Parts: sequence; C-alpha cells; structure tokens
Amino acid sequence: MNSDLTESQLAVRSRIRDFAKTHIEPVANEIDTAQVTPAFVIMAMAENGWLGAALPTDWGGGGLDPLEYGLVTEEIGRVSSAVRSLMTVHNMSTQALLRFGSDEQRARWLPSLCKGQKTIAFALTEPDTRGAIGEINTVVEKDGDGYRLTGKKTWITYGQIADLFLVFAREGKMPVALLVERGSPGFTTEPIVDPLGTRGSMLAKIHFDRVRVEMSNRVGKVGAGLSFVASTALDHGRYSVAWGATGIARACLEASTQFATHCTQNTSALIAHQLVQRRLTNILMHETTARALCYRAAQFRCRQDARAAAETSLAKYHAADVAFDAATNAVAIHGGMGCSADLPIARYLRDATVLNIIEGTQEMLQTSLSSYAARKLHAEQ
Amino acid sequence: MNTLETIKNYVTSNISYELANESDFFELDLVDSLFALQLVTFVEQQFGFSIEPDDLDIAHFCSIAALHRFVEAKLG
Repeated sequence: MNSDLTESQLAVRSRIRDFAKTHIEPVANEIDTAQVTPAFVIMAMAENGWLGAALPTDWGGGGLDPLEYGLVTEEIGRVSSAVRSLMTVHNMSTQALLRFGSDEQRARWLPSLCKGQKTIAFALTEPDTRGAIGEINTVVEKDGDGYRLTGKKTWITYGQIADLFLVFAREGKMPVALLVERGSPGFTTEPIVDPLGTRGSMLAKIHFDRVRVEMSNRVGKVGAGLSFVASTALDHGRYSVAWGATGIARACLEASTQFATHCTQNTSALIAHQLVQRRLTNILMHETTARALCYRAAQFRCRQDARAAAETSLAKYHAADVAFDAATNAVAIHGGMGCSADLPIARYLRDATVLNIIEGTQEMLQTSLSSYAARKLHAEQ
Repeated sequence: MNTLETIKNYVTSNISYELANESDFFELDLVDSLFALQLVTFVEQQFGFSIEPDDLDIAHFCSIAALHRFVEAKLG
C-alpha cells in the first residue's frame, strides 16, 4: 500500500511523524494522567498547520487531500488519542460549517478555525438520549429576530476549552444546527473527570439556559440539522476515528513486537513462543486490514464517490474493532507491564474502548452498514 | 437517458424495493442518513451543479419525483 503513496503524501507523512514524535509522544502519558491537553501542544498543532490540515487553503487551512489527512490522523492517533480527538472534532465541525454555512458564517469563522487560532466542538449527545441522533431534547424558541436555546449536552470533546460550538437542537419537531460562542450569557460548561479513555480530551457537559442565538448563527435550513449538517460532520469524524484507530493498532504492534523480541521467558525470547506468535500475527493481520479499509475509504473520498460515507463507516467499524483487539493482545503480550501506567499499553486499551462508542456506536453502524450491504448487493445484481 | 430515468435508475439500484416515483423512502424507513449524503453527492456529480445550504431540505431528497423536480429546477 505504501508504494502507492505519492512523493507529496510521503512527505506529509514524514513531517507529521516527526512532529508527533517531537511534540506529542513525550507528553502523551502525561496528557492521559493529568486529563489535560497542555496549551503548548494545541498551539504547536495550530502553528504547524495540523489542526486545520484538511481544510481549504483559501481559508487558511492546509489543503490536504483525504488520504494525506488520513495519514496525518494515523500518526497523531498512534501517539495520543486525546490529541487525535481534538483534530477530529475540530475538523468535522469545521467541515460541516464549510459545507453548509452561509457566506457570512464562513467569512466570520473559517479563517480563524482553518488556521487553528480558534477551536470548535461538536455538541450533539445529550444526557438522556445516549447518542441517538434523532432524539434531541435541547430546544430553541423564537425570540424576536433570533432564538433562545435551552438544554444540556454531554461528552463534548474539548468542551472545556473550545471557543465555538456546533450545537444541535429542535425548533418544534425540526432539527436545527447552531453556532454558539463560549461566553454567551446562559452558557456554562462543567468538566467530566475520570473518563475511561481519551482522558486528555477535556470532555465537558454543557448547559444552555435560554442562551440568545442570532438567526444568522443557524447553520443550514430548519430541518437540515441532523440529516445533512450532523451527518456530514459525523462522516468526517468517522473517517478520522478510523485512521486514529489504525494508529492505535500500529502502536500496539510496534510495542508488542519490540517487547516480545527483547523479553525472555524460560531463557528464550517471548517471540519464540507460539502463543505469542499467534497474538502478534493477529495484531499484524488486523492492523493491515484496518489500514486497507482506510485507504479504500480515502480513495472513495478523493474521487467524491457517492458511496464514500458508507465506505468510511465500514472503515471506522472495522478499525475500531481492530484497535480494541490489538490493544487486548498487546496487554496480554506485555503481561503485568501491560497493566502498568509506566507504559502506554493500558492507555491504548482504554482509548480503543472509547473508539467503539464515539461517532456512532458499533451497533449503530451495524444498522446503517447492513442497509448499505443490501443496497450494494442490489446495485451489483 | 433523461433526468427522471437517471434518478430513478440510481435510486432503484440502491434500494431493494419496488418504488413509485412519489414514494418517500425516508418515511418508509428504507434508507438512512448515509443515503441522504450519498444522494447529495450523486446529484452534484451526475448533474454538475453544487448543492447550496439553502437547497438542503430533506423534502428535495425524499423521493424520485422530488429529486427530479429539484434537479430540473436547478438546471433551469
């Protein structure tokens, strides 16, 4: 697969690999234990152009194509799922704004978002709905020439620090998407502490108490909030998660191979034991298939194929499974050290668990992918 | 192939059910939001125009006939 990469793609991968090793990997465990992404890491991501890497150059972004962006996400995901999740939410929300925002909204927000000077979070999940996309209790009511927004959101990635929020609510029975700025009167956030995984992703609960939102901050038409705006954002999010999950699987493969080669048991290297060989082989096989599906999704996206969203879901579904399986095997190979906070192995397992839930649980994806399977079969007959 | 036939062929090739032109495939729960995105990309690619934020009304994308009316209006 790597031989298919162009010189430009190889150069991007080389640059991001160096960046991740220099700026993120040394503090990745600390990000996890402190449950904070330091400002200098976010600043470095922005200043080096990685936060807006996939966004258009016209607006100050990096202009990477989908495959290049995937390679970047894998490298960041390999060292820190928390930092990868910052890229994920920032990119998915900005992509939705780019696609569905008005000229005025784009002119106002895209330059600072594409350059990473401001960050944006995605606020869909609510305390009582457990991520079900069609069940929104946050509501807006008309207030003169604007709205009043009331409700609660939870599990909002980087909700503790984001400058702007893409919020989903109901106007009557119709879903709407709104841009809400931190600091708006009636807007408060509450940190979520001690989550299982991606612990440095600065999760927050958000409360909206009759927050005034100008009509000009509505993204897309009334009724388009979920089917188009949220779906587009989630599609970009799944693409990012798929590559990030592949990054975790690769990290597990590298760490496990190194450990099994250098550690001995009964005078022979761990890797000489057949059960360890089996685990390593399984990680290798799964990591390879996950990357293959990510490349496939990238190809669909690069040629703007109508099936790109479904192929992206397939890649996310598989890669999230693979990351969990790889991390489970990595813990087993490392034994007690796999459970230690001194190594990143336990972190990989916790982070991989989260990937099976975010951007559509595996069960939700089974519903949409089985429908895609039926459509695909029908189209091919 | 005319516009209606092109749309009908695409939709029916993706849905394993007999569909009348006015059948709302979202209301009938035959497809999900992934298919909505798929339709947006299909229309842009096939008919060569960009779908603007104001065009994004599920009512334009919910049936073969609605899609046909929308595409014809955009093509002027």
